[in-house]
Amino acid sequence: MLQVDGVRKTFDGFTAVDGVSLAIKRGEIAAVIGPNGAGKSTLFNLITGHLRPDTGRVLLKDRDITGAAPHRICLMGMGRSFQRTNIFSKLSVFENVQAAFITHRRRGLNFWKLSSELYRGETEALLGSLGLNDKAHAVSGALSHGNQKQLELGIALACDPEILLLDEPTAGMSAAETHETIRLLERIAKERGLTLLFTEHDMEVVFSIAQRISVLHQGRLIAEGTPAEVQAHAEVRRVYLGERH
Amino acid sequence: MKRIPWTVVVFAAGLVVPFLGSRFYTFVATDIVIVALFAMSLNLLLGYAGLVSFGHAAYFGIGAYTCALLMKSAGAPFLPSLLAGGLMSAAFALVFGFFCVRLTRIYFAMLTLAFAQIVWAICFKWNDVTGGEQGLPSVPYPETGWMGALPVIGDLRVADHFYLIVLVIVALCFAALRRIVDSPFGRVLTVIRDNAERAQFIGVNVRGYQLAAFVVAGFFAGISGSLFGIFNRGVFPDFAYWTKSAEPLIMAILGGMGAFWGPAVGAAAFIVLNQQITSYTQYWPFTMGAVLIVLLFVFPGGIAGTLMSLAERLRLRSIREPLVATEPGSRDAAG
Repeated sequence: MLQVDGVRKTFDGFTAVDGVSLAIKRGEIAAVIGPNGAGKSTLFNLITGHLRPDTGRVLLKDRDITGAAPHRICLMGMGRSFQRTNIFSKLSVFENVQAAFITHRRRGLNFWKLSSELYRGETEALLGSLGLNDKAHAVSGALSHGNQKQLELGIALACDPEILLLDEPTAGMSAAETHETIRLLERIAKERGLTLLFTEHDMEVVFSIAQRISVLHQGRLIAEGTPAEVQAHAEVRRVYLGERH
Repeated sequence: MKRIPWTVVVFAAGLVVPFLGSRFYTFVATDIVIVALFAMSLNLLLGYAGLVSFGHAAYFGIGAYTCALLMKSAGAPFLPSLLAGGLMSAAFALVFGFFCVRLTRIYFAMLTLAFAQIVWAICFKWNDVTGGEQGLPSVPYPETGWMGALPVIGDLRVADHFYLIVLVIVALCFAALRRIVDSPFGRVLTVIRDNAERAQFIGVNVRGYQLAAFVVAGFFAGISGSLFGIFNRGVFPDFAYWTKSAEPLIMAILGGMGAFWGPAVGAAAFIVLNQQITSYTQYWPFTMGAVLIVLLFVFPGGIAGTLMSLAERLRLRSIREPLVATEPGSRDAAG
């Protein structure tokens, strides 16, 4: 589904991502973990077209998308959410999701319809499955942090992705919200046959849903495997998994 | 209670103006209607797409010269010339906009200004075609003889006939603009204004949409300029000068760029204030500056924005009031 071949990105002499390779199969739930500054967000930005890698390639469904414009990659079936909540904060919750339906189905150059009439049913159904129906007409910028994160997931899902990249989907959430979001992700991934790639701070979350984990440290991939393999990996234990106490 | 159809009311009021019998009223009304279209066209960029253009006069000027040249030098009829004015502006907007949308914020604004100054300089110097500094005087009125045969409006003056034509054309342009901002295209523009980065990740080609908005805004500015050249009986390089670009910006802020009709309200206020104040004092720019400062601090939503929030508050009160009223019966009778 997604293949990353030795991508590398340098900012002013600082190598943020140093020759990272990943291969994610269709339907897999994969996680990238690593300490702060390990290069997780940069790696995501390289995959989604936000940044162009200095070297290396990114393949989506066997097509080379290295350095392609973000909107093209999105239209090819890759959705993403951001570490810092990134929504259309002046629009209502409903309009946020509706806009994503409109743009992803390439109706944006249609002048003959009213935008407010389009995809109402789809939007309502999606908001329902996220549990945001009662807040549909609230201005999204005024929602709680947890709800905004859920809405961002909704925007990504409205683009009907085959693979979804989530940058810390539970960052800043309470324990209850985290739990709820993880259940939601698992359910949606299963229902839609989604491939998930996410980064996460919370190890409990990672080990509860990821089938495959890649560990980044200082821009380099130091381990990869099933949760059990990663937990047993000596270098991972040394740099990351609690040997710091 | 049904909502008052304000658009119909204002249009009807506009139709009545020629029958007031005053040359001056018709003159001011024509000015307002044409310039309102200029301000509304800018607001597609300013209020909807979130792009600040300092060079919108370029498209006003290009439209004005194109239409005037066709009508005066080539003797072309009015409607094709008008359409050509809009299309020529749109074509230039496509070329200039292609470069402008590659930049953001202040750099975008400065590049629009730079292109507009180039247009002005060409109009100013290209004596053979634009008439240079002297401009193009005596642009003909459209053929309005056929209107003399019509009932009711047949006896009106030529200027009144021209005003009615302008009113209908601008009303059609406003209907088109309304359609555009309410369409999926308009929604995508507001999405980009709100968060351009996120917009890319829902599949929006941000530059492409910004360019499309720039072209549409250029088209309507061109129509407005074409009409203004005829109304003014002449086209001059000032039409494309940077101070002319500031006018629709001021109007949009004055009227409220957050409301669809805001810039039109602002245009009316701007022109009426200009007429009134210049009859008392020569310090019109000073007064306008003072009005703008007060407005920006006290009523940041502009005239239209403030009126709308006031109306909203009154509406909420009228919903709430019967609950607390001591004599609901008498209130019903009054309503």
